[in-house]
This record gives sequence, structure tokens and C-alpha cells, in this order.
Amino acid sequence: MGATQTRSEHKYQDLVEKTGFSLEQITNLHKRFQHLSGNEETISKESLESIPALANNPIKKQIIGAFFDKRNQHQDEAGSFEEIGFEQFLMVMSHFRPPSLKTTEEEKEAMRKEKLRFLFNMHDTDNDGTITLAEYRTVVEELLSKSGAIGQEAAKAIADAAMLEVASTNVPHMAPDEFYEGITFEHFEQILKGLEMESRMHIRFLDMDTTTMRCGKSKS
Amino acid sequence: MRRRGRLGSWLLGSVLVICLVSSAKGDPAGLGPPLKASDHGSTSGSNHSQHGHGPEITGIPVVTFKWEHVLRPYLLSLWVLVAGLCKMVIEANHHVTNIIPESALLICFGFILGAMIWGADHVQTFSLTPTVFFFYLLPQVILDAGYSMPNKLFFSNMGGILVYAVIGTCWNAASLGLSLWGCHQGGAMGDLDIGLVQYLLFGSLIAAVDPVAVIAVFEQVHVNEVLFIMVFGESLLNDGVTVVLFNVFDAFVSLGGAKINAVEIIKGIISFFVVAFGGSLVGFVFGLLISLLTRCTKNIKIIEPGFVFVLGYLAYLTAEMLSLSAILSIMFCGMCCQKYINANMDENSVNTVRYIMKVLANGSETIIFIFLGISAVDKTIWVWNTGFILLTLLFIFVYRFIGVFVLTWILNKYRLVPLEFIDQLIMGYGGLRGAVAYGLATMLDESRIKEKNLMISTTLIVVYFTVILQGITMKPLVTWLKVKRAAVTELTLIEKVQNKVFDHMLVAIEDISGQIGHNYMRDKWNNFEDKWMSKLLMKPSARKTRDHLFQVFHKLNLKDAMNYVDEGERRGSLEFIRNESAIVDFKKKFGDDLSEVMPDIMADMSEDQSGMSSVRRNPVPSVSLEMHEQTMNGMRETEDINSHHLLQQHLYKGRKQHRHRYSRSHFDVNKDENEVQEIFQRTMRNRLESFKSAKMGVAPPKTISKHTKKEPPQKMANGKSLDKSKTYYSGDEDFEFSEGDSASGYDSSTLPMRVPYRPGAGIENPVFMPDLDPMAPLQIPPWIAEAEPDLGTVAPSQRAQVRLPWTPSNMRRLAPLRISTRSTDSFVLADIPGAQQREEGGDSDDLPPPPTPPPPPPPHHRDGSRL
Repeated sequence: MGATQTRSEHKYQDLVEKTGFSLEQITNLHKRFQHLSGNEETISKESLESIPALANNPIKKQIIGAFFDKRNQHQDEAGSFEEIGFEQFLMVMSHFRPPSLKTTEEEKEAMRKEKLRFLFNMHDTDNDGTITLAEYRTVVEELLSKSGAIGQEAAKAIADAAMLEVASTNVPHMAPDEFYEGITFEHFEQILKGLEMESRMHIRFLDMDTTTMRCGKSKS
Repeated sequence: MRRRGRLGSWLLGSVLVICLVSSAKGDPAGLGPPLKASDHGSTSGSNHSQHGHGPEITGIPVVTFKWEHVLRPYLLSLWVLVAGLCKMVIEANHHVTNIIPESALLICFGFILGAMIWGADHVQTFSLTPTVFFFYLLPQVILDAGYSMPNKLFFSNMGGILVYAVIGTCWNAASLGLSLWGCHQGGAMGDLDIGLVQYLLFGSLIAAVDPVAVIAVFEQVHVNEVLFIMVFGESLLNDGVTVVLFNVFDAFVSLGGAKINAVEIIKGIISFFVVAFGGSLVGFVFGLLISLLTRCTKNIKIIEPGFVFVLGYLAYLTAEMLSLSAILSIMFCGMCCQKYINANMDENSVNTVRYIMKVLANGSETIIFIFLGISAVDKTIWVWNTGFILLTLLFIFVYRFIGVFVLTWILNKYRLVPLEFIDQLIMGYGGLRGAVAYGLATMLDESRIKEKNLMISTTLIVVYFTVILQGITMKPLVTWLKVKRAAVTELTLIEKVQNKVFDHMLVAIEDISGQIGHNYMRDKWNNFEDKWMSKLLMKPSARKTRDHLFQVFHKLNLKDAMNYVDEGERRGSLEFIRNESAIVDFKKKFGDDLSEVMPDIMADMSEDQSGMSSVRRNPVPSVSLEMHEQTMNGMRETEDINSHHLLQQHLYKGRKQHRHRYSRSHFDVNKDENEVQEIFQRTMRNRLESFKSAKMGVAPPKTISKHTKKEPPQKMANGKSLDKSKTYYSGDEDFEFSEGDSASGYDSSTLPMRVPYRPGAGIENPVFMPDLDPMAPLQIPPWIAEAEPDLGTVAPSQRAQVRLPWTPSNMRRLAPLRISTRSTDSFVLADIPGAQQREEGGDSDDLPPPPTPPPPPPPHHRDGSRL
């Protein structure tokens, strides 16, 4: 037991540098990973899909897809994995790491870009650099599928309208016969500028003992 | 400047009238200070009038002057009027309000008014009494704050707000009380009869940041939303704390120092929780009650807004009755019910609620500040003790900062997004004290606290200092420190969609990573809320449209439709309907909106939609066309208001035509389906005709008889009239419209016949003709096309013919559009007729494709009055 502990800690050290998580956070996440995978080295789509809490999430497919997307691994690869190991799991998670007080402006900017890229990739399923209308529609339809009241037609129309908005804000003087192929990353960034991604797209990763954190969390 | 001067003199005049009227009476008690009405009870009533309706009536008086009779409500109304006038004068001077916040100016106005009253009476007759303040002025301000509270933001920062509100306020109270006591012991303020508990009592009443003052100042500064919600939320919640602290210390004071022991202190702490949570609970219950009630007020739409206010006020009073925190109660009441009542009630009622809420809140805020100023002019309350007053000011300022920094330091360890140093500075600086503190100070019992007047005057000075000085310096400070400001723009649809994606994504990531965080909690709550609360509290029909996304979409749709129609008007026709997909799209868009607005008509239209749906399935052309449309619209944002106005006038007016029938319980809006439908169709038709004639610039209907001429002569006519249109634009259009509208098709069958026809030979570029003519029949807009079978009076072919003449002129615009390559040739062709008209320089419309300036837009303002 002790041997594995040190070995894994050594391995983690690597990951700390790569992902920016603290050692404790990684240990915690590793526990979770093992729980999800049933103590396997890798994890498959099915095991993520079977998480009960996810059952109600309308965009579950996209999110799980993002975990298996090679583009989210900070490498210039495309395509998708069949199964991911802990490292990949952690890499995806690292997109949601909150900034700390010490993060500099440049780092924040980089984080912002990364987060945006993650979101963008989630929409751009065929990896051609643009979110086409069809791609966007799928996401919006899925997103609204759970709310019941909005039918598919409306969802489609909403996607259309949103797309239009992007087109009109980004290409204000479009010639009549031009066709807006889709949202490029630059446009995407432009549109979401107001959303303060850097301060919102993250979650809390527990890094200490779980019990002490709980009370602190309930307060803030 | 002149106007302002006049306003000022008017205001002063009215004030003087009050003063004179009051002083003419000559007995101070009879002044019946309106705001002390409840205190003085019967005294003023017992003062007999000198204006004879005594027993010695000799005959029937024709006119009697019964001042006593109306005294109190009269003065009250005058005061409200004066407050309103003050606000008006202040708001008229924008360059002043840019520098000095309104609240500070209002206080200064109060000084002036107070001085006048003092000059007239030599005694302070009007002042803010606790009863009036807490019962009649404060509730609506807080209710409004709760009702318009951004719930999500509030709850996601709840932890921080609570820490500031509870711990921060306790810290402020305790540190101030103890330090003052220490200084007293050290001999810094001479001979004062104040003990430790009294000091703590004073500390507790002045510790709380005041919601009214904070809203007033921060509303004008527009800091970022997190910072705003922190300060604002704190100021609201800490009231509970202050009132409890105040009550506890008040009880301690009356108990006397000897009897205070651990048990009493523990009781005090328990009572704090009871008061705070009990108050919130009462508010919550009343909020649910309002929501439930509005579920079934379908038949009493006129009075349903009243429920919100009455029940809100009852929540306040109930909490007060149970000695719970009334402010927390009414605030939570507003927060709980906002979502449900907005969904349940009629749209008009919702607007009514919003407006009344703002009127009341803004009004009482104004009155509060003015009376804070007036209260200052009173010799009896001013007791000066340099040490006490200056030390209080200093300690309040310093301890506020210390408290904020220490608490933020602790909070930042747990916050995902730490509060920055600059934000902390502003939070510390935003610790404004206000009327709540003053109200509490006047509630002090003079028999137990000897230095009550000193405390009141210190409180007043603190209020003036914070509201005026800090208020004035807040804005420059925010600018200087470069505090993150709030984004002013509304969220676009795509941002809303992304927000939703965000939420779900964060929940999912939390789920996957096995953390139980905010998002998880919120998701659970949302699910619960969706499942149970909405079902219980919301009308089933309301649940559908409640989604934010849908609302934005709906709004966008409406805007699009308006722009779309406006676009057509601008071009003088609805030519864009030429495009098949455009028809469909327009119809679709329109249909969505109209089904909300005019369900009965849509039922009709929907039959037709099934036929269209096959075209509609084809996504690409419609979208690409729309984009083009949108780009054009983007250049015409300024016209939006106009178009909206116009659309309302022309399109929706039919629905709103009131029958002139008196009823107190209903706004009688035409509900007869057939009638509405007919009116709708007529207006549409009428509009088309008007545009057409406006476009032509000629042809008052009187000159027109039924024409069924063949096409060729009309084509000629068109050329002629086109030429004419240059000269007649400005002159004839009004006329046209008036004719068109007054004729507004009470006899619909004659309408389509109002064809602009002028014999004559114009020069028309023949190149266009063959190309364009075949398209002409497509110009029949869908609603007209559908109207055909119903009316049956007009043969479609006839209309199509009739419409032909004016097509080429409009089509010119589209000609280049249709040529996808956009070669220069096409432009040359297009330019030929356009060149003639360009000299007019009608309106500077620099769209890429159209070579001709479109006709000037129809005179919206004029025709509005005629419909």
C-alpha cells in the first residue's frame, strides 16, 4: 500500500505541473475517477453516462463527449478517444479550475481563451473551426429538450435567431448573397465577451479534507 | 435656464403658501404636522376653527372655508407635492446630478425647506417621526428592492452577504460602542451621562448600512453586479441585525446594568435568530400567498395588482406584530413572489405592479431624504459635543473599513472568485448610514437615556456626512479606482443560450467530479422548484412562456417582425415578399408573435401553414435571406422606435379599439373574433394601400374611381407618377395618409381600388420590365392572400393587376440583389433610374445593394393621431 502511495504521488507531481491542480485535489479526483471507472485504468463513455446525477442534464451527451475529445487535451490533435485514462480526465477537469488571487492578468487571459476553446469545441463537433447552424441547432435542441414547454420547432427557431444575431453582430455589412457559414472561434470570443467567462466557468475542487471544507462551503 | 428658474419660483411659491397658510393659523398645535398625525392624535382636532361654522349660523352659507376640515390630508398632499417638485427641480439639472447624487441634493433641499418653516414658525413643526417612517415610508422601498432583486445573483452571493450583514454589523456596533466608551473613560468627551450599555445601544443603532441611502447612491454609480449585490444585500439584511441588536440593548438598558447576566445575553442571541429567521419565514409565507392568490385572479384583473401591495404590507405588519424583523419579511415576500406573479398575472397587471412599485418607492425615498434634511432645522435637538461627534464619525469610518477588509480576507479563502482589493475599498466606502438609523435614534427613550438629543444629532451628522460627502465622492472614486462597471447592454439571445449551457455544464462537471457545490445545489433547487413550486403556484398556461430563453426569443421575434415590416414600408412596398422563403419566414415569425397577441387570427393562419411547412423545412435559404435582412436592419437601429410606433398604429390598433362603454371592472377591449379579424385584415390592407400611395406620392382617393384598366397604360402611368413622386413627397403624404386612414376600409371592398393612376407618359427603363413583371403576383402579402376567401369581394387577379404598376420602381432595388455575382453591369443597369432620383437626396440610405434612395419614410407621427 505504502509503495503504491509514493509511486502515485510521484506520478501526481507530474500532473500537478500539467494541470495546475494541487496534489490534494488530484488525489480527490483520482478517488472519484476510480469510483467511476470501477478501479480500472481507463474510463468509458458508458460509465460516465451511468452517473445518476447526470440523468436530468439535457446536454449530457455534449459534456461527456468533451471528455473524450482529443482537442481538450492541450495538444494539437483531433478526433476522440474510446476510453480515457486519469490524465485525460484531469486535463478536461482542469478547464474548470478557478483562478486564484495570485493569477496574473496574462494567465487569466490564457485561462479565458482555454475555457472558451473548450466551449467552442463542445459545439463544433466536426472540428472544422466553425460552429455551423446545424451544429448549433443540435446543441440548442438538446439544451431545451428537457424544459418541455418549448417544442423542437421553437428550439430550432431559437438557434436560428441566435445564429442570426451572431451573423449580424460580426458581419454587419454582409452582401446579400453571402452566406454565413458558422461561428468562428474569433466570433465566438467576441460574442461571449460580456459573459465574464473567467469568473464564471469554474467549479470548486475540494483540496483539503472533505469534512472541514464542507462547513466553509456552505457559507460562501 | 429660464424654465428652471420658473420651476424654482413655483416651488418656492408653493412652499411659501404652505408656510403662510400654516402660520396664518397662528397656533402651533393646530398646524397638525401631517407626518406627526398619529402622534398628535386628537390635539389638533380639538382646536377649534375660527372660520365660522360655529353655532351662530344666521343663514345658509353659500361658501364656507373649512380649513380645519381638510387640514391634515391637505398638508400631507402638499408635502408630497413639494417633495415631488423638489425631485423634479433636481432632475432638471443634469449637470448637477452628475456630480452630486440626488439623495444629497434632496437633503439639501430639505435644509432649505426646513429653514423656511423655521423662519415662519420659529419652531420645528415637521419632522420625520419613527411611526411615519417605519409604517408608511420604509415598507414600499424595501418591497420594491425585494421585488426587483436579482434572485440568482443574491443567492449565489448569499454567504458573503450574510457574513457582512451579521458579523460585520455586530462588529461595527460592538467596536463603536466599546471605543466610544473607552474614550469616554479616557475623558475625551467631557461630562456625559452615558454608560457602557447605552454606548452599545448607540453603536447598534448606527451600525447598519442603510438600504435607502445605498440604493440611491449606488444606482447612479453602476458598479459591477457582484459588488452591488454585496453592498445592497448587506444593507437589506443587516436591518434584521440592527433591529435585534437595538431591541436587545434597549432591553438591557431598561433592565439596568446589574441584571444583565449570561442568561439574558444568551436569550438575546437566541432572539436574534428567531427575529431574523422568523421574519424571513413570514415574508416567505406571504410571498407564497400572493403567488397563490394571483393564480386565481383571472376575473378581477383590475384589482389584482392591489393584492401584491396589500399582502406585502400585511407581511410587514405581521412581522412587526410578532416582533420579528419586518424589513426582512417584506423583502423576502417580494423576492419570493416576483417570479410567480410575473408569470401569473396579466401583462398589464405586471406592468402596473412595476410602475406603482417604482412610484411608491421613489416617492417615499424622496420624502425620506427631504425630511431628513428638514429634521435638521430644529434647535431643540442640537446638542454639540465635539469629542463624541467627531469620534463617532472617525470610528464609524475606520471600523467599517477594518470590518470589510478582515471579513473579505476570510471570505476570499472560500470564495471561488475572490473580491478584489478595489471592490473592498468601495464596499467599505459605501457604508452609508441613513434614515433607519435616524428613525431608531428618535425612538430612544429619553427617560432612560439622558443624552438622547446628543445621539440624535450625532446620528444626523453621521447621516449627512455619509450620504452627502461619501455620496458625492463615490462616483469620482469609482472612476479613479477603475472599479469594474456593470455592463449596460441587455443579454443577447446567444448569450442567454450560452448561460444556460454554462449552468448545465457546470452541474455536469460537478456531478462527474463528485463534488457537491453551488451548481449542484442550485440544480437540485431548480428541479424541486420546477416540479413542485411552479406547479402549485403558477397558472398552467403561464408555465410555458416562463423560460427566459423563450422570452428573449419572443422579444427578438417581435423586433424582427417590426423591422421586417418597417423595411417594407421603407421601400414603399412589401416587395421582399417576392422571395418564397421570405414569405414563409415572415409568416413563421409573425405567426409566433401573433399567436401570443392575437390567438384568434392565428388559428386561421395556421391552416395555411401546413401547406407552407414543406418549404419551411428547408433551412438554408430562409436563414441566409434573414441574415441579409438582419444586416440591413442593423444599419437602421435608430428607426426601431419609429417602426414600433408605426406598427402599433397600423397593425395592432384594431385590437385595442375600445368600445365606449363604462365599466369599472373591465377595460373593454374588442373581443369579438370576427370583428378583430376583420379589423386586422382591413388595417393590413389599408396599410398596403397607404404605402403604395405614399410611394407614388399622388392619388388622393377622391380622384379615383374603379379602375380595371389593362396593364400597359398603367405601366405608363407608373413612370409618370414616379416622376411626380419626387415633387410630392413632402406635401402629399400626410394627405394621403389621412385619406387612407379615414377611409380605413369601413367598406373594404373599395379599398383595393384606390389605385394611383395618373395619365401621362413617364420614362421607364425597359430593361427591367421583362424581368420583373412575372414576380408581381407574388407581392400579395400572405395575410391579404388569406383574406381573400373570407371577403370574396375582391378578385385576387384584379388586385394583382392593380398592383402591377408600382412594382418596377420597387423592384429596382432588388434587381441587383438577385444577381448573385454583383457585377458592375448590374449596377449600371440599376443606376439608370436611380440616378434621377438621387438628386433629391431623400434619406441617406447607404445599403450596399440598392442604388436608389428609398422614398422617405411615411410620416409616422402624423398618422398616429388620426388612427
